[in-house]
Amino acid sequence: MRGSLLAATLLAVTGCAAADGAPQTASDTPAAAPEKKPDRSITDPYPSTYHAYPSTPTAVRGVTVFDGEGGRIEQGTVLLADGKVERVGGPDLAIPEGYRVIDGTGKYLTPGVIDVHSHLGDYPTPSVAAHDDGNEATSPTTPEVWVEHSVWPQDPGFTRALANGGITTLQILPGSANLIGGRSVVLKNVPARTVQGMKFPGAPYGLKMACGENPKRVYGAKGRMPSTRMGNFAVDRATWAKAAAYKKKLDSGKAVDRDLAMETLAGVLSGDILVHNHCYRADEMALVIDMSHEFGYKVTAFHHAVEAYKIPDLLKKEGICAAMWADWWGFKMEAYDAVPENIALVNRAGACTIVHSDDENQIQRLNQEAAKALAAGRRMGMRISDEQAWTWLAINPAKALGIAERTGSLKPGKMADAVLWNDNPFSAYTRPEKVWIDGALMFDALDRKRRPVSDFELGQPGEGDVK
Amino acid sequence: MIRALMLSAAALIAWSAAAQDIAITNAKLVIGDGSAPIEGGTVIVRGGKVVAAGARIAVPAGVETVDAEGRYVTPGIVAAFSRVGLTEVDAVSGSNDRSAPRTRFSAGLDIAPALNPMGSPIAVNRAAGVTRAIVAPGGSSNLFAGQGAVVDLGDDMAMVTRPRALEYVAFGEDGAAKAGGSRAATFLLFREQLLAARSYARNPAALAEWGNDAMIQRADADALVRVIDGTTPLFVRVDRAADILNVLGLKRDFPALKLVLVGATEGWLVAPQIAAAKVPVLVSPLTDLPGSFERLGATQSNAGRMTTAGIDVSVGVFDDDDAHKMGYATQYAGNLVGLTRIPGASGLSWDQAFAAISSAPARAVGMGDRIGSLKPGRAGDVVIWDDDPLELGSRPTAVWIDGKRQSLTTRQDRLRDRYADPVEGSLPNAYDW
Repeated sequence: MRGSLLAATLLAVTGCAAADGAPQTASDTPAAAPEKKPDRSITDPYPSTYHAYPSTPTAVRGVTVFDGEGGRIEQGTVLLADGKVERVGGPDLAIPEGYRVIDGTGKYLTPGVIDVHSHLGDYPTPSVAAHDDGNEATSPTTPEVWVEHSVWPQDPGFTRALANGGITTLQILPGSANLIGGRSVVLKNVPARTVQGMKFPGAPYGLKMACGENPKRVYGAKGRMPSTRMGNFAVDRATWAKAAAYKKKLDSGKAVDRDLAMETLAGVLSGDILVHNHCYRADEMALVIDMSHEFGYKVTAFHHAVEAYKIPDLLKKEGICAAMWADWWGFKMEAYDAVPENIALVNRAGACTIVHSDDENQIQRLNQEAAKALAAGRRMGMRISDEQAWTWLAINPAKALGIAERTGSLKPGKMADAVLWNDNPFSAYTRPEKVWIDGALMFDALDRKRRPVSDFELGQPGEGDVK
Repeated sequence: MIRALMLSAAALIAWSAAAQDIAITNAKLVIGDGSAPIEGGTVIVRGGKVVAAGARIAVPAGVETVDAEGRYVTPGIVAAFSRVGLTEVDAVSGSNDRSAPRTRFSAGLDIAPALNPMGSPIAVNRAAGVTRAIVAPGGSSNLFAGQGAVVDLGDDMAMVTRPRALEYVAFGEDGAAKAGGSRAATFLLFREQLLAARSYARNPAALAEWGNDAMIQRADADALVRVIDGTTPLFVRVDRAADILNVLGLKRDFPALKLVLVGATEGWLVAPQIAAAKVPVLVSPLTDLPGSFERLGATQSNAGRMTTAGIDVSVGVFDDDDAHKMGYATQYAGNLVGLTRIPGASGLSWDQAFAAISSAPARAVGMGDRIGSLKPGRAGDVVIWDDDPLELGSRPTAVWIDGKRQSLTTRQDRLRDRYADPVEGSLPNAYDW
């Protein structure tokens, strides 16, 4: 087994990303041999070994469906087969012979929740110093690090996110100590022995960037640049200038020495790697946008975006997602102007709206965070439907991760990543009853053995507890 | 928008008036003591206190009446364990008085002068229905953190309801780090400091010989004397099951200690012993990850299991944000209700859950007869909600503290209103206020 795993990791699979970041090739079929030499920035020497677990053709009927793209069906019937969403319809949709039929009366079926901002695995629990693997805080720019080399698959947080939060896909990011923190990784929330066993096949890489207080505080304290916001930008710009020169050489076909940092940044400049930029303040987001224009890259999403409500028009115009908390505020200066209506105001402006966690606890109830944001918007007089709000947890984060063609909504042909909730998921009283990932039942609240227990928790007090 | 703000400013002035006598009728009335809501209930507040609450209560002549139109009317939420009022922006050290890591005092510290009733977290938490809070200091350089207070979140300068209402100390990993690196040192240091305080109480003259290098200072000894004799409840942060048992065992040497456990992440593993000791517990109930080796047994069922075992459990918000988001108390309580529907889990009934964020914390700090419920004689802290208070997104529509109607406008509301239309008009946004 070890041998075959090794063999698999030696097979560099070329991911081929469309302009919008969505992969054009299916996950399990390697891309056709490219004609030109593959761009090193998008080769994957640590390829996914994830595979869908066996599934039973399943029909959920009589259920309220939020399809994840803003659609809603009452008394819905949803068929899951061969790991895919097969059909979605109303009470008249015929259920083929041989399907496991689940009565969803009074329950809700949604696409699996997607969290675009998690540190499960790189800041796992127990949060002991030996596990601090999220910030390579020895240089303000470390595009050469890949967070998948830090992720500990045995983090019990993955199992909580599945069972309590219905999380089926999540992006693990490096921390925000650095201006350029390194590559992210997108995972299927399926327990595995290796991080490769969790990697979302074919998902584009992301690049974590950070502006504001953290980088200047961390490096200012070390007596080095950056110690100010202008220093943040100077270091960023110098790095992008170098990356642009590297990419120019690369594109001209000249031989270049491998430079792991520059490979990643060249991948950003060519649009293959998506920028996820931690940024709180509106004025800073606007400056980052100009910097992206200066060097010809695109910011896919601003994360935290506490002041997104001050510039929703700009985010909409630039096609940048804002990934936000419902109500975090006051923990630092750049989080002082948070408002509970932030998410709803971004949604109202028509910009891509995402609810994220950045937290091992709130990832267990992102549905509740969305519910609070939804309620705040409604109190302000906005008319937002429940099913529209579910896009904040489904198709929108899928778009930001470049996987919207494959997951993020209950549409025929997409991955059967779904959650059956025991009531309306915008209620505090509601919990996931069942969670499917690629059609496989990975959690069932009614079957105690369908609750994963990480190696770390095996043989410990409370092993297998409901948690 | 400007007109709306002027209106709210005018209303603010009106609300700053003294306590009103008020009757809230036609309420879905929650007393907060664990009893079921009363449909069509009435609560009457006179002279700042509840004088009657229940069904078929006659409204005395001349008392202003508010028709709740069938909505939930409850006691205000009591934040069970918090730092509200001690910090504005956590990472801005000048605005953050949680901890005093460089002082030579410890048990004697009194957080009352560090409280800021005008801080924006007060208004934000009040607008979420929190009317009282148990506030504890974060820590000192020594084992004991100092004395906390019970406060109200009213829109006035008189914040302290009861000063020096508790002494706070952390055992477990934090306590071991403070004491010198081992739990063994924590227990010895605890005992030695209390013995020193006791000898000081017997012979105050001995203090002169202690000097500045003493284990504790005079003010610390004064505070610890009140801990030893049970005048001041001792709130103890402790999580590991074995640590909990050892903390309960402190009463062997100091039998009058009035212990309150904070956290108690593994409390469910030793619930019978906690119940037998009649020690109340404050939990941050959704802590369910083994964040450290003293929390391996973490589960959201902790509160339910301990309640079933007969422990007086309060629900607070302190393993995440303990100053800005006290309004999470209702969400957390609601989650515990949801757990009752999950096989193998243990949760709380709605009535128990609401009591866990109102009367239970009041009782834990020894003020069950003063705050935390709508029983006669309690403070007139009353909230009318727009919907089920334990549901996500429900908000107060009116709040009274000590019978005084409160402003529910926050700085966040002002920012929201300014940016309701973010694009500049004939003048920059800065002129919109």
